[in-house]
Amino acid sequence: MLYQMNFGDLLPYWQVLARGLLFTVVLTLVSTVAGIFVGTAGAWARTFGPKWAGTCVSIYVELIRNTPFIVQLFFIFFGLPAIGVKMGEAEAAFLAMTINLGAYSTEIIRAGIQAVPYGHLEAGSSLAMSRWEIFRHIVLKQAFMKVYPALSSQIVIVMLGSAVVSQISAEDLTYAANYIQSRNFRAFEVYLVVTGIYLALAIALRALLRGIARAVFPKG
Amino acid sequence: MSLVSIKDVRKSYGANEVLKGVSLDIKRGDVTAIIGRSGSGKSTLLRCINGLETFQSGSIAVDGMAVGDGKTDLRTLRRHVGMVFQQFNLFPHLTAGENIMLAPTVVAKEQKGEARAMAESLLEKVGLEGKFDAYPGQLSGGQQQRVAIARSLAMRPTVLLCDEITSALDPELVNEVLRVVEQLASEGMTLILVTHEMRFARDVGTKLVFMHHGLVHEEGDPKALFANPGTPELAQFVGGIH
Repeated sequence: MLYQMNFGDLLPYWQVLARGLLFTVVLTLVSTVAGIFVGTAGAWARTFGPKWAGTCVSIYVELIRNTPFIVQLFFIFFGLPAIGVKMGEAEAAFLAMTINLGAYSTEIIRAGIQAVPYGHLEAGSSLAMSRWEIFRHIVLKQAFMKVYPALSSQIVIVMLGSAVVSQISAEDLTYAANYIQSRNFRAFEVYLVVTGIYLALAIALRALLRGIARAVFPKG
Repeated sequence: MSLVSIKDVRKSYGANEVLKGVSLDIKRGDVTAIIGRSGSGKSTLLRCINGLETFQSGSIAVDGMAVGDGKTDLRTLRRHVGMVFQQFNLFPHLTAGENIMLAPTVVAKEQKGEARAMAESLLEKVGLEGKFDAYPGQLSGGQQQRVAIARSLAMRPTVLLCDEITSALDPELVNEVLRVVEQLASEGMTLILVTHEMRFARDVGTKLVFMHHGLVHEEGDPKALFANPGTPELAQFVGGIH
């Protein structure tokens, strides 16, 4: 028997999809900004910071990069309340995404920092710049330029990985898809459409990241 | 009184002693050329003067400020000691002008407008007017090195250290950089150059220092020493070059 497709059954749920899409977009943007911030601080600690800070960051990075994202999410949402730390699904999703991207971007940005030629640091020192001024004005932007492609890929991976937050009932795009197909049983149509939306989102995100690079980094 | 005073400086990398008790006095306005074979310790000595390298014993003082005694803040010292490197070390994410403006605005807290005006006049001084907005990657090696010289002049150093600043350049670009250095010398800037440009050392230098096996083997007036080396080592070194 041939399956009769019916995309019309999705129409009554367009607002559910739109709300889910909006949540996924906001979740990605906010946790990307926060995650890159955490990653920059972590990378600073591992290269320019005091040794104890570098050690702490190493433990954090290894812990996050060697455990599944969904377990991290469950630990934050279901585990932490046992010790009195309670938060909503959305907050838990933002926190888990930020912590996760923070760990991966720490490693990516650290690689960029270490790729800055040592001579540039010596030139900065010779100009009487402090270690912080050297990091802030000489190293950081060069590091971002060097690892920008890797960082962009990681951001897209995090955006796609955000689908997992539907598992704690954070109402993202995947949650919306699950919700709709449980009502109208049009699993094929819903997931096909949602797949298309994720694809479009990933392409748009990459275009946005390219645009940022063009605006921020010098040409040539 | 000497501007840079180096007394019995010793430095080792592990068991390898590269400076074996170097003493040197440099007066204000001196143009000192340090020559010698690779491995003789000349770059290491230069890098000790602004604290890029530490040393185990002896003392170095610049304008009365002791280097590496833990009391003088290295950043204070470095505001008076400029350095130009073999590999230029321009910051590639900044334009030529921004490279020059960086330390004056960040370290010396000068206003952007003043720093920009100074950067423009320094670029003109090194013959690069109109290159303010060029990125290092768009400049030739000789042009990059001239920007690097302008960058260190922006902090108005008392003494400028030049570490083989023409060694990474194509032969046809060497002269444009040496001309800038010669101009600085004629303006009375105190210069200490580690160099392989013997003719430059002889014609522009006011003092020649020949280093050999981690020691100052010979020093004196460049023209006199090139004409009549006092030791067989310098004679051989100079002879080998020509």
